[in-house]
Amino acid sequence: MSGVWIVMRYAVQESLRRRVFLVVLILTALFLALYGYGAWLAFREVGKFSGGEEIVEEKVITGSTIFGLAMFSILFLGAVLAVFLTLSSVRGDAERGLLQPLVVRPLGRTELLVGRFAAAAAVCAGYVVAVYLLAMLITGLVGGWWPDRVLEPGVALAAAVCVIAALTVLGSVYLSATANGIAVFMVFGAGLAAGLLGQIGEALDSNSLERIANVSSWLLPFEALYQSGLAGLTADARGFTEFAVHLGPFGGAQEASALLWPWALAYVALVGLAARWGFMRRDL
Amino acid sequence: MSAALAATGLQKRYGQAEALAGADLRVEEGELFGLLGPNGAGKSTLVKIACGLVSPSAGSVEVLGASAGSIQARRQIGYLAELFRFPGWLSADELLELHQRLAGSAGGKAERSELLDLVGLGDAAATKVETMSKGMQQRLGIAQALVGSPRLLMLDEPTSALDPVGRRIVRDLLLELKRRGVAVLLNSHLLSEIELVCDRVAIMLAGRVVRQGAPGDLARPRGVEVETAAGTRLFEGAGRDEAPGIVAGLVSEGQQVFGVRVLSSTLEETYLEAVGGE
Repeated sequence: MSGVWIVMRYAVQESLRRRVFLVVLILTALFLALYGYGAWLAFREVGKFSGGEEIVEEKVITGSTIFGLAMFSILFLGAVLAVFLTLSSVRGDAERGLLQPLVVRPLGRTELLVGRFAAAAAVCAGYVVAVYLLAMLITGLVGGWWPDRVLEPGVALAAAVCVIAALTVLGSVYLSATANGIAVFMVFGAGLAAGLLGQIGEALDSNSLERIANVSSWLLPFEALYQSGLAGLTADARGFTEFAVHLGPFGGAQEASALLWPWALAYVALVGLAARWGFMRRDL
Repeated sequence: MSAALAATGLQKRYGQAEALAGADLRVEEGELFGLLGPNGAGKSTLVKIACGLVSPSAGSVEVLGASAGSIQARRQIGYLAELFRFPGWLSADELLELHQRLAGSAGGKAERSELLDLVGLGDAAATKVETMSKGMQQRLGIAQALVGSPRLLMLDEPTSALDPVGRRIVRDLLLELKRRGVAVLLNSHLLSEIELVCDRVAIMLAGRVVRQGAPGDLARPRGVEVETAAGTRLFEGAGRDEAPGIVAGLVSEGQQVFGVRVLSSTLEETYLEAVGGE
């Protein structure tokens, strides 16, 4: 285990000192500033229409919708970070000659792989949870709305990003850095598209579309984790408010089934085993 | 006594390409061994198999009695790849510290300072890799390979980016390592360098070892050149052992002998002969 720890420490240092992290931090600051301004405008505009008997809770609809959009942005930023930190973990680093000096040390290839993944997962999960909490704080301070579940959606987002990091590490064993980055972003887009198809299928009562979305959520569980996080934002909404929330752009939010979390853990383990299998056979 | 490195019938195929076709090689402990051969001869593949970076298709390699690539084998080796890179954000000292942790070395700061001094980078401990010249990085690479006091050091083209001063530093370092009993497998195209420092050399061609021995033993006698009052005479094909007889014959003929030189082929000539001009 000490080997994993050494590699993880090295990879975390690398993550924090590389320019990509600085770029992500700058983008994050810009995003939060814009988000704060947008949230303030949204709550102010909605406030102008209030008055009379409230059929729906405007604050809940406004807050959950705009924070749902923030969740998507956070997932995207987290995915960018996860992909850029791990896209060259094996083949890319080997092609550049960075990997060989490490692999010849008395350290198992499994330890190296686990260390790289654990570092990326720790950095990305920490980043996602931090930005999630900041965005939630901004929403609460600007509009006075807080999600029904405070921590669960953030944890679900962090888990989704860890799944993406695991897929990127797997891709790095077989693909060059550029090809891997493109492939993972296509998979990421496919997962999100499948989620949208599911929402459309639900609205149109199309079994085929819903089946596609269902299968996709098992194959790419980051989407299901993200949807379960979204569902946690308005878990206690009832009546017309619940109905109105589900009409919004993220109305397809699905509560997690009992199997989602165990499957997500098993999925990361399976992806890790596939990566290990390939890495053990790779000539460097 | 187990050899520092023993390769037997080593084969490696990359798809249709045959990189090694049954190479046999033995490097003794404490020996400075030079590996020569044209591009594509299989030198780097052999070294990579010995380090556990590449799996052989057939044959075996043992490193100090342990199977190449095993944790036990990797605990005893140091390696510098031909094409290597270190993370630019690390300083020289941080890089060595990382490798100390990976190698399980308890040498601490003292070991790091000694290694940087050995390669002439004593003043560059805090210098970031990304600001170093290629030559400095290569010397840092050698220092990195020496972390944990390996018993077998494998250097793949370690002086390709070095200036004459850097080469001299590495040459002195290799001799110092030999004095300390470290076995070194030196893969280089610089024949003069190998001739200067190596105890034995092997010449590889098309995945096989075609010549092997001490540089002096590999050399072919070219003749004995004798300077007499009548001019310089060359006795072609004669060797060192025949020189006294040649001189005695000339003196008995009444000639005055002013100088004698035994001529032998250089390692470069031996190499060119072995690889057929490739």
